[in-house]
Amino acid sequence: MTGAPVSRRLRGLVFWSGIAMLCVWVLAPIYLIALGAFGGRAGVFRWPKSLMPWDTTLAAMQAFLAVDGVWAAALNGALVAGLTMLFSLLLGAPAGYALARYAFAGQSAFRMLVVLTRAFPLAILALPLTVTFIRVGLYDTAVGVALVHTALALPFAALVSSSLFMGIPRELEEAAWVFGCTGFQAFRKIVLPLALPGLAAAAIFAFVISWNEVFAASVLTVRNKTLTAYLLTVLAESPLHFRFAGGFLLILPSVVFMFAVRKYLFAMWGVANR
Amino acid sequence: MSRSRLLPYLLIGPATVFLLALFVAPLVQTIALAFTHDGAASLANFAKMVGDLNFGLSIRNTFLLVLTVIPLQLCLALAMAMMVQKLEKGRDLVLWILIIPLGASDLAAGLVWLSILQDRGYFNTVLNMLGLVDGPVNWLSYETPVSLFVGVVLAELWRATAIVLVILIAGLQLIPKEYAEAAEIFGADAWTRFRRITLPLLKPSIQSALILRTVLAFEVFAVVYALSGRNFPVLVGEAYAWQHGNQNNGVAAAYAILVMAISLAATVVYIKALATRPETQP
Repeated sequence: MTGAPVSRRLRGLVFWSGIAMLCVWVLAPIYLIALGAFGGRAGVFRWPKSLMPWDTTLAAMQAFLAVDGVWAAALNGALVAGLTMLFSLLLGAPAGYALARYAFAGQSAFRMLVVLTRAFPLAILALPLTVTFIRVGLYDTAVGVALVHTALALPFAALVSSSLFMGIPRELEEAAWVFGCTGFQAFRKIVLPLALPGLAAAAIFAFVISWNEVFAASVLTVRNKTLTAYLLTVLAESPLHFRFAGGFLLILPSVVFMFAVRKYLFAMWGVANR
Repeated sequence: MSRSRLLPYLLIGPATVFLLALFVAPLVQTIALAFTHDGAASLANFAKMVGDLNFGLSIRNTFLLVLTVIPLQLCLALAMAMMVQKLEKGRDLVLWILIIPLGASDLAAGLVWLSILQDRGYFNTVLNMLGLVDGPVNWLSYETPVSLFVGVVLAELWRATAIVLVILIAGLQLIPKEYAEAAEIFGADAWTRFRRITLPLLKPSIQSALILRTVLAFEVFAVVYALSGRNFPVLVGEAYAWQHGNQNNGVAAAYAILVMAISLAATVVYIKALATRPETQP
């Protein structure tokens, strides 16, 4: 009898140290690259290194941002990601609404097309698009890259918004019709406000997908690179502290965005996979 | 009446046209590009691809990486998910921390682990503090293929376990608590409950996590490139090199077709191996 509380406390201790280890496993690498990013040229070559942030300066990061092309690439990456967000929502949300509210011939074929995209390495399909894009003037433009990234994000946006709309009772819309709203008014005044937070989460996820994608963005651009593609291209010739600053800058927005959408993430994936 | 019948088609129309233009058309084009040479149908691109020095290496490396990373990742994510499910206090905070890498790109993950594993990096610093090494040791050169491989595996585990975790937790939330409670009343211990109840009911989620992760894992290249340059060739890295370095999009397309065929085969295997009958699910 006396052993029971001790073993229980021991089990609690093991459990919590397990949780702590998992958190350290995720957070420590980010902390370390931040040290590298703010350590500058001198920090990279110091040996042995300090694990404390004593030698970091903002100047190191400022020097990185002052390098020709970095700012332009960061802004261009944000532009591409913003466009991807816009396109995937504008195309995906109506499709999701149709899937949720109407029974129509060809519905399962459309659903199949959307789900099928997941079994293909879509970014690699950007290879032949270089030729097409050069012909139509989309090569090396933000819109061109955003179109390919939309192909990655659209299936997700469509499935997520379909389940969002399914979660909103049809009766609410019908009540609005009874009170004299047109179909579109009912959608705009009743359904949209209810679906908005979830749609915003899906949009932010589209932003992250685009911001992180590297293959298509590198293949489809020469001068107007996204930050990810820019860093990949200059990687071989750039010094280590430059790479670390770049890596840190790549992770930063994603961490913030993950924080913003954390509540919706699990619900989104739960439904997007059924 | 005809207007409302037309409406769903108007709503899915733009998305359909878009997917045809940016998914189906490039797919067909890639196939055409891979199977033609100088304007005639031929297998020359594939012959060139197979004859390349890096081809065998990149096949071996990619498969080795996928076959190591995916099982480890699934186990790690399952363990994480079960632990998080048990949390009463601080669940939201822990979950948020664990999914942070979901936002990290593969290039960023490679750079993060480069900062740790480079010869004057933090890993060697810790080893030095423990008295295990005297000076900087190089872990990421082509002369140390094993530690280079371990480095890539670590970076992939760090980055992409989060997505598996999210899918599994979303799946766990759909399993009614009563099942496990009933089993507990009948005397099933935690391990039995996990194996006999949680795991079978989680199968659809495991399946979609595996499909998604495997397709993405065969696409991996930036993480490898960040850690080792071209010391550790992988399939998509070769496609990128043929497209960019050698300006030969025929061979690059051949690589794309190969990656696609492998991804599709893996998807079919998962669908067959993890098939669930709908009546066995809640």
